[in-house]
This record gives sequence, structure tokens and C-alpha cells, in this order.
Amino acid sequence: MSAIIEARGLSKWFGQFQALRRVDLSVRPGERIVICGPSGSGKSTLIRCMNALEAYEEGELLFHGTRIDAEGPGVHKLRQRIGMVFQQFNLFAHLTVLQNLCLGPVKALGLSRPEAEDRARHYLEKVRIPEQAGKYPSQLSGGQQQRVAIARSLCLSPEVMLFDEPTSALDPEMIKEVLDTMIDLAEDGMTMLVVTHEMGFAKSVADQVVFMDRGAVVERAAPERFFSAPESARTRDFLDKILPH
Amino acid sequence: MSLPEPPFDPPPPAKPQRLKRGDYLILAACAAFAGVLYYRLAYAIPYEWDWSAVPSFFVYYDEETGYRQNVLLVGLLNMLRIMVYATVLSLILGLGLALMRLSAQAWLRWLARVIVEFVRNIPPLVFLFIFYFFVSDMLFPLLGIRDLANALSRSESTLVWVLLGEAAFIENVIAGVICLSLFEAAYVSEILRAGIEAVGRDQREGARAVGLTPSQEMRYVVLPQALRKVIPPLVGQLITLIKDTSIMSVISIQEFTFAGSEVVISTGRIFEVWITVAVVYFLLCFALSSLSQRLEAGQQGARR
Repeated sequence: MSAIIEARGLSKWFGQFQALRRVDLSVRPGERIVICGPSGSGKSTLIRCMNALEAYEEGELLFHGTRIDAEGPGVHKLRQRIGMVFQQFNLFAHLTVLQNLCLGPVKALGLSRPEAEDRARHYLEKVRIPEQAGKYPSQLSGGQQQRVAIARSLCLSPEVMLFDEPTSALDPEMIKEVLDTMIDLAEDGMTMLVVTHEMGFAKSVADQVVFMDRGAVVERAAPERFFSAPESARTRDFLDKILPH
Repeated sequence: MSLPEPPFDPPPPAKPQRLKRGDYLILAACAAFAGVLYYRLAYAIPYEWDWSAVPSFFVYYDEETGYRQNVLLVGLLNMLRIMVYATVLSLILGLGLALMRLSAQAWLRWLARVIVEFVRNIPPLVFLFIFYFFVSDMLFPLLGIRDLANALSRSESTLVWVLLGEAAFIENVIAGVICLSLFEAAYVSEILRAGIEAVGRDQREGARAVGLTPSQEMRYVVLPQALRKVIPPLVGQLITLIKDTSIMSVISIQEFTFAGSEVVISTGRIFEVWITVAVVYFLLCFALSSLSQRLEAGQQGARR
């Protein structure tokens, strides 16, 4: 099957610093890929490029074979088909939960308000917080906010969901509720690309685990292989540091 | 092992705020100064106080036609008209300038910067002298406003009177509004720009992630939050605008201060009239700043 998103020799610089070094990565429909690596390894930059939130200088980044261009005129159309969940949730602070969910469908997709609200309530049901529809983001816990953010992305019916460290800003007791929501999504067959340090999630949900270090993809393998017999010394070193002994 | 849970205790009593001896001394000094000032004004200078005529400067009774508006009321109403129109126009122009300042186009940013710096670095009075003649001599014939004003001044409609005041002054009022709006817009744009820049990058990226275009992002996500943040400084600017309407008196626009000076010249009641004028300005501006404080307090309550 052809890839939904494909990176070929992708390179990006922040000034003199090369954040991505000739990254090759493809995401096929239904795949669940976890990207891990030490901080500063370029994993967030990579998925931000995929949603055109960052521009890249060299190589190619394709969505169904079309170039993703952060400065291009049709970039908002592209983003309607790619869901994005941020570390800091990025919910609209001045809107209620329901309004947060409806803004994209109404303004970007052109749905009527009742249609959008039906859809929003459906997905709030799905992330198990239908009772919070009338509240403002600041009135919710971090875990609830992140589940709202996931529902907000789902309201656009994206073909693929990108998660940028979705649990890193959460208190420990809230991590599980967000991971459970993501596991539900995976079971529904959603194509997912997840940057995370949650190795338990990687083991149980991912088809593929990608390890990045210093802007380059070092290793890509199925989780069984990745965790039991990593090929690269750098992967072994990283796993040693983050896995419980 | 589980520990026994301690009870919830009421908070200790708050310490009362008392005035200290030094505070009384300062208060006494202030009272003494006010007393001396009052004495000088009331007795030491040769001035006959007479407040009895002041109400008639606003409204007087005519045997034939009943109650009629007098000069001060006409001026007050003109000031209110100028204030309302200039507020609306300066918000629109200010938003335009703010968006230009934040534009991706370098020449737009540059143009807005030139306009803002030009306005902010010359005194309002000088700006007014330059622009009044430009606006009324060059712009009005060009835009056909002079003909419009003439047409309006012939109309007998009450609506025209409510909106624009005495027929003879219509052109002046329009010119005043345009000059004042141009001037205040520069300040409004700086306030709005600060508000827009204070909306976090996370909000903008959230907007992009749900597929909004840049203009939708600005309209539905950034501006609503920016405006909430800048309501207090915007109200402050509105208060400045109200006080600045008094500058219009130098170009013979019949607003409140101009009316005040006319009454002073014709009646000689210097202090009564100017104190009355000052009190009206004060009440209007103080009411607005109190309202702004309430809005702010309400907002903080809502945000929690």
C-alpha cells in the first residue's frame, strides 16, 4: 500500500544547527509508529514538519505524493487531513470545550453548527468526557484537556494523527487516562505517529518503533525486536537509561 | 500504616489596618493646604462668585418656545458625538495599522511604522493644525464631503440632528472626527499590537492544526483573546480621546471646551464655567475608568 506521509532525505536547520539529517520515514495507512529518542534528537521537529508547522530546507516530505509546503497557499487544506495533538494541549482558552471542538469543522470544513455539535458530542463521548462540554479549558485537569485536544483533532476526521509528546506535560496520575484514549484510537484502526517516552505504550500499541538521535533515524524495528535485540549501540544505551530495571 | 487525618482549621484573624501617627500628620497637612486654597479663592481675590446662572448655560427657558438648549449643552452633545464616532473610527483604523505592523509584507510593516511614529512624536495640537487644513481643504472636496454636508444641513430630519448636531457645524464635526481618529488610531494600534503579540504561539498553532486559514486564525482565535487582554489600556486610551476632544476648540469646532470659552467670554463667569466644564469631563472619564475596573475584576473572576 502507498504511504500517507513519506519523508525522503529530509533535512532542516535552525540557524547553524542541523535539526534533521536526511530523515527517511514512511507512514502507511493503519500503521502505528512510535518515535523515541533523547531530547533534542529532532523527533518533535520531524512531526511538526509533517503538519507544516515548520518549514524544511532539503529533501522531500510528501502527503499522498504531494509536497508538504509550510509556506504554500493550500497548507490549511492539508492540515485538515492531518490531526495534531500537542504537548501543551493548545486548546483555545477563550472558548468552551464544545466551541473548541466545533471551530475547525464549522470554519475549516464548512459544516453547519448542529452537524458540528453532533460530531463534537460524539467524540467527547469517545474520549469519555461528555459532561465537560460547557466548561472552559482552564477549568479542566491536564488529562481532561489533552483528551479534549484529541477529540478536537478527531472532529476533522483526519487520515492520520500526529502526537507530539502528548503525556509529557501531565501529572503522573493523569498519564494513563490519555494513553487509554490513544489505545482506543489505535484499536479503531487510526493511523498514528506518536512521539513519546512511554515505552509501555510503544510495546503494546506500536507496529514500528523509530529511534532518533541527533537529528537522524538510527533504528526502525517492530517493538519485540526493538526492545529485546536493538541493533545499534546508541539505541541500547538509550533504552538502558529510560527502561526500569 | 495510615496516619490520622488532621482537622481543617479556620484561618487566623486578619490584622486590622490602622492609621499611624505619621499618617494623621500628612492628612492634617493636606487639609490645611486645601483650607488655604479655599480661603484664597473665596475671600482673598476680588471675585464675585455666582453659580445661579450656570444651569441656564445648558438649558434656558424661552417664553415663546419653552425649554431650549444653550451653548454648553450644544457643546456637550457635539463632544459626545465626536467621541462616539472617533472611538469607532480609531478602533477600525487602529486595527488596520496593528495588522499592517504584524504583516508578512515588509513594505506594509514599514508604512505602518512611519505613520505611528509620525503621530506619536509630534504634539496633538500641531498634528491637528496640519491635518485639519489637509482634511478640510484637500480631502473633503475629493471625497465630496462638503456637498454631503451641505445636503445634510438643508435636511430637517431629527435623525440628522441626533447624529450630527446643528446643521451649520456638520462639516466641522466631520473634520474633527477624522483628525482625532487619525491621531488616536496610532496609539490604539500600539495597544492592539501588544495584545495580539501577547496571544501565545500555542494558540496560533492550535488554530493552524484545526485547518484554519491565517485570516480565520486571526479572526476567531487571536483577536478575541487579544481584545480581552487589552480592554483596560483601550479604555484608558478612550479616556485620553475624550480629553483630547477639547483640543478641537482651537480649530473652532463647537465642542464642549469651545462652548465653555464662548460662555466665559460673553458672561465673564470664569471660574464657575470652567469648574463646571471640568466636573463634566471628570464625571465622564471617571465613570469610564470605574467601568473598566469592574470589567477587569469580572474578567479575573471568570478566568479563575
